[in-house]
Amino acid sequence: MNKVWGVVVAVVGGFALGGIALYRQEPINSLWIVVAAVCMYVLGYRFYAAWIAAKVFLVDPTRATPAERLNNGRDFVPTHKWVAFGHHFAAIAGPGPLVGPTLAAQFGYLPGTLWIIVGSVLGGCVQDMTMLMLSTRRDGRSLGQMARDELGPLGGFAALIGTLMIMIILIAVLGLVVVNAMKHSPWGTSTVFATIPVAILVGFYMRSWRPGRVLEASVLGVTLIFLSVFAGGWIDHQPWLRTVFDYPGISLAGFVIVYGWLAAILPVWLLLAPRDYLSTFLKLGTIFLLAIAILLMHPQIKMPAITQFVDGTGPVFSGKVFPFVFITIACGAISGFHALVSSGTTPKLIANERDVRLIGYGSMALESLVAIMAMIAATLLDPGVYFAINVGAGVVGAAPEIAVRTITSWGFPVTTEQMANLAHDMGESTLFARTGGAPSLAVGMANIFGSTFGRGLLSVWYHFAIMFEAVFILTTVDAGTRVGRFMLQDLLGHVWKPLGRTSWYPSVVIASTLIVAGWGYFLYIGVIDPNGGINILWPLFGISNQMLAAIALSVATGIIIKSSKARYALVTALPLAWLALVTTVAAWQKVVSSNPKLGFFSGASDMAAKLAAGTLPPDRAAVASQLIFNQRLDGWLTVLFTAILWFVIIDMSRVCLRRLRGLPVIRSSEAPYQPTTLEGIEVAAGLRGAVQGSH
Amino acid sequence: MGHTSSTGRVAVGLVSAAWRYLRAVSGDDAYERYLAHHAVQHAGEPIMTRKAFFTDRQRQKWTGVTRCC
Repeated sequence: MNKVWGVVVAVVGGFALGGIALYRQEPINSLWIVVAAVCMYVLGYRFYAAWIAAKVFLVDPTRATPAERLNNGRDFVPTHKWVAFGHHFAAIAGPGPLVGPTLAAQFGYLPGTLWIIVGSVLGGCVQDMTMLMLSTRRDGRSLGQMARDELGPLGGFAALIGTLMIMIILIAVLGLVVVNAMKHSPWGTSTVFATIPVAILVGFYMRSWRPGRVLEASVLGVTLIFLSVFAGGWIDHQPWLRTVFDYPGISLAGFVIVYGWLAAILPVWLLLAPRDYLSTFLKLGTIFLLAIAILLMHPQIKMPAITQFVDGTGPVFSGKVFPFVFITIACGAISGFHALVSSGTTPKLIANERDVRLIGYGSMALESLVAIMAMIAATLLDPGVYFAINVGAGVVGAAPEIAVRTITSWGFPVTTEQMANLAHDMGESTLFARTGGAPSLAVGMANIFGSTFGRGLLSVWYHFAIMFEAVFILTTVDAGTRVGRFMLQDLLGHVWKPLGRTSWYPSVVIASTLIVAGWGYFLYIGVIDPNGGINILWPLFGISNQMLAAIALSVATGIIIKSSKARYALVTALPLAWLALVTTVAAWQKVVSSNPKLGFFSGASDMAAKLAAGTLPPDRAAVASQLIFNQRLDGWLTVLFTAILWFVIIDMSRVCLRRLRGLPVIRSSEAPYQPTTLEGIEVAAGLRGAVQGSH
Repeated sequence: MGHTSSTGRVAVGLVSAAWRYLRAVSGDDAYERYLAHHAVQHAGEPIMTRKAFFTDRQRQKWTGVTRCC
């Protein structure tokens, strides 16, 4: 029976994929894309993941997991697989898969969509599942610890440095997305600001008034946040109040920086933890709603399958479709960051090794589906509108008339009236050059929600979408700064012992300040960049994220070969090889390209030459020296990322070659077998009871 | 409710299962689980209050990488 289903899914998926690939004449319906993606996930899960679990990991349901062996009722707790799935998905799903596909849509819908599907099924899901399994077999150790245990101290150190760097770039780029979404938008800004007191209120509720009543507190918080979306609309209509919340990017960047710093040094219960509950509920709720709305509305895709910008002349960001579509999609297909959650946190919940496939592979497949929905939301817009929103004023000019003329000349007609009407519908003063991906995604989501649930509230839907993205970006800013702080303290502890104490307040303040200064710098530069900043920062983020994935896959490949499974090593070695190729080519181009729009160093030299010749307009000349320094810094960072990546790959290859030649290698850190005595987890019994009631 | 139909029972069962799932996945029932665990594994040892348990749990949760991009 299972086989029959497999064949049906394969045939439907094949037809849908074929449909996408061959459809050229007329606009394609988004339903094809959803069907193709879901079928591929199901096939990948049903066959590939099951094969990996059985052959490569030798999953053993009789083996006790760390959650059972080390059960302390707190962090090590055997958890029902669907509950652990919920936790894991909530932890890995961030704003990345929403932003990446939106930017990659400049190549047309096809390249990004194919990579989201193929990359996740063969790469991202495999990485997440592998890390989860390896960490579960090693008492829930983190990626850095596993790298140290299995490859040696140098590999572990490289992984730690890599993680810290990616964290700083990540927070800066996400901060930039949220700043660009709030820029001169009193409605958006007041709504996002309102989430801070709401989070604090929820924090007090959960800590002091009704300790641990998570659901009550979340219902209260989510209700207040919904009200704040409407309140923002009211504020937007009060001439005196709206000026209070009308800020340029630079002030908003200042707010985000101060906020991030405070959130990192204040106790977690006050701001970070309650905000996380709220953002998790909003995130899961909105994703679910978006999926329903896309199924009901099944909009036509208006973006062509492939645009002329695959040749590298793209206005949203520079670079050819290879390698930059892979760098840009990042989290929606493969995210190195997931390796950090899949090792360390989630393994402590795994009740049985059997559950690893659902939690590791399944969660990532769902995350990939979120990326597909973001791609649909971006490509259902008129392409002219998409480019008008996503291209910086530095590329098409600040005046609307000039911008629409340039964009229309690319073959994507758009008019100033159309943009003015759209901005009016969305309750914004303008939608030109709102780079970063959030505003165009919000317009797309407002369209989807509006057509499904009523167009009257278009501006409310738009600001709901902005708030939804901002809330979970700010959660990443909080949590990321805190994680970065821990890592930095760990490193500083080697220099001077007291700095390594995570609860010593001076050390907390020093480390937090350094981390915030790190991402605050990149955020500031991104804001003053007339090209929108995102075109520089996002590729840097993509490269660092894919590099982290390659480090994780290296560790995994090393472990697989060490455990005498060399014949299956391609499972992780193949995505590793692809990522190494893609990131190295992208890094190479970003470093050595003589095209000033693409290469960091040539961009810096080009601007320096123009500055010296006095040909820059005064507003650009004022910030030019900072932008020049930053481009050079980005160039050197890219070199460093690539060096770290190859260092880990070579270290891994060295260990593997020794193993294959029969020489001694560091012993496996796998925990010894112990039989399980668990018999099933509560929630399972409850669900089973409910289902049995129907027979 | 002496004479509930079978579909009614199923509906009630499903709603209650969904409710239990929501409580489990959000951590709303974490203290009850801790009490149950404590009663079985550490009977007689000192037990954390509800407030102390959640403070401790939150500290644990936010020490390390728990959120992604």
